[in-house]
Amino acid sequence: MSLEATIGVRLGALTLDVGLDAQPGETVVLIGPNGAGKTTLLRVLAGLLPLDSGRIAVDGHVLDDPVRGAWTPADRRPIGFVFQDQALFPHLSALENVAFGLRARGVRRQDARRRARAWLERVDMAEHAAARPRALSGGQAQRVALARALVPEPRVLLLDEPLSALDASTRVDTRRELRRHLEAHDGVRVVVTHDPVDAMTLGDRVIVLETGRVVQAGPLAELRERPRSRYVADLVGVNLYRGAADGERIRLRGEGELVAAGHARGEVFAVVHPRAVALHRHEPEGTPRNVLPGTVEHLDVEGDRVRVIVAGAVPVTAEVTPAAVAELELTAGAAVWASIKATEVSVYPA
Amino acid sequence: MSRRTRSRPPVAVAILAAVAVVFFAVPVVGLLQRAPWSELVGDLSDPVVRDALRLSLVCSLGATALAFVLGLPLAWVLARTELPGRRFVRALVLLPMVLPPVVGGVALLLAFGRRGLVGQYLDDWFGVRLPFTTWGAILAEAFVAMPFFVIVVEAGIRSLDRRYEEAAATLGARGFTTFRRVVLPLIAPSLVAGAALTWARALGEFGATILFAGNLQGKTQTMPLAIFVQLQTNLGGAIALSLVLLAVSIVVLVSLRDRWFPA
Repeated sequence: MSLEATIGVRLGALTLDVGLDAQPGETVVLIGPNGAGKTTLLRVLAGLLPLDSGRIAVDGHVLDDPVRGAWTPADRRPIGFVFQDQALFPHLSALENVAFGLRARGVRRQDARRRARAWLERVDMAEHAAARPRALSGGQAQRVALARALVPEPRVLLLDEPLSALDASTRVDTRRELRRHLEAHDGVRVVVTHDPVDAMTLGDRVIVLETGRVVQAGPLAELRERPRSRYVADLVGVNLYRGAADGERIRLRGEGELVAAGHARGEVFAVVHPRAVALHRHEPEGTPRNVLPGTVEHLDVEGDRVRVIVAGAVPVTAEVTPAAVAELELTAGAAVWASIKATEVSVYPA
Repeated sequence: MSRRTRSRPPVAVAILAAVAVVFFAVPVVGLLQRAPWSELVGDLSDPVVRDALRLSLVCSLGATALAFVLGLPLAWVLARTELPGRRFVRALVLLPMVLPPVVGGVALLLAFGRRGLVGQYLDDWFGVRLPFTTWGAILAEAFVAMPFFVIVVEAGIRSLDRRYEEAAATLGARGFTTFRRVVLPLIAPSLVAGAALTWARALGEFGATILFAGNLQGKTQTMPLAIFVQLQTNLGGAIALSLVLLAVSIVVLVSLRDRWFPA
């Protein structure tokens, strides 16, 4: 019981070419910049858009295979879809929205309502059963949409940006609830997002999509340790460099070089976590093997940390405490030296 | 007062605009002023007038029903499919809106008349004769009025967010279930507006009806036809019927004001 998909679609300027396999009980997160083809991918899986090439199968049943002429329309696929902005039916109450999937499959009205009510209770929306979508908050509508998609017990559940419509305050709670409900669903879950926090909270496995292609896939921890593109590095918030290694020295593309502990040869990526970058107002002396001069471009406050973006021959982002910012009098335009120990530069083949 | 801050129109423009208002208002006033209010009930119970009232109701509702049955699928096809020649079809549907109704009547006669393109076979094969029957009157009214329904409903379907239909599909709803449970309720305002306009237009239909269906009391003589005849013999009856049609027009206008005349 699983999802196996090889997806080839041409749609305007976008060419989608993606392989996607998932096991029941697994949540796969699709992440990528706007226009990467994430939503298109979900629409193809749901049967709202046909494949141009490839094959989609759920539990061994082929749903779409243009070569063999197999095609199952959306309304006969065991696939649920939670749309971005929910797309709840505005003329139906929350209860009728949730019951819709059962009624459409021929379940009797009384029975459908009873089961819909049970689902509304599961998502803590029982008291809003009679409310129209217009009267619901973003978080409430989100829960109704989830219940509506889950009631017919789909083998595959697709969620398109499930948290993007919510404001920051309800987002944290809703994300936690969503994770709980996803774990309770025993099929395959595929979540599209552009938020790394969503990816981290909801997903077992992350697939990074850029311009219709998979640029990297794996557990999030692996993405963080070994990002393979600028987008992924920005996503997980680390400094990524690429260059040619010769022993412990790495000649970077563009300008400059880094020194790492250990030996490597050939084209490599080098990753430095911002927490491992120290900042100084005067050129430091002593042990650090990498000293990078530059000027502060800007400062991002993130909780109890400040990310300092330093422009220079080798650009670098450092993560320091607000106290350090005050002590070093860091402001945009300030001249700084960034130091990185060789042991903090992790190197892997490109 | 915001009104005072608005710029005043030049005098000549104001005068011409006032003339236009008077031009629209005077006929209505004239009709109301000549209305035999005390004898209205008597005038309306005249057999000819009563036949016309009944027949108009039957024919206009029949034409509206026909517009619903045929116009709704057509509106859906125009709004939701990539049919080749769609623009041509839309132009064809719109034609009766600009075509003089009398020409429509001639065309209907040549198509569905006893010697007409289709009419001869209807007669030969099924023994169906449409001209000079109540069915003919319904057909003539539908020909002229249905475009209003198709245009309004097509616009309604077109402006409906497709994601609702897609959501219904992912929930297992087949095409017809989606149409009945999602599309129809969501375009209800368009259906009501389209039906009201169609009905009002059918109710006033004169040219196509008199040419195709004739002017037979109790059979094809609807209110506009009766007014035309009564004007020469029974002015009171003509005015009474005119008042009925005026009242209907005002009701339709008022009930659709939010849709067509937003403040």
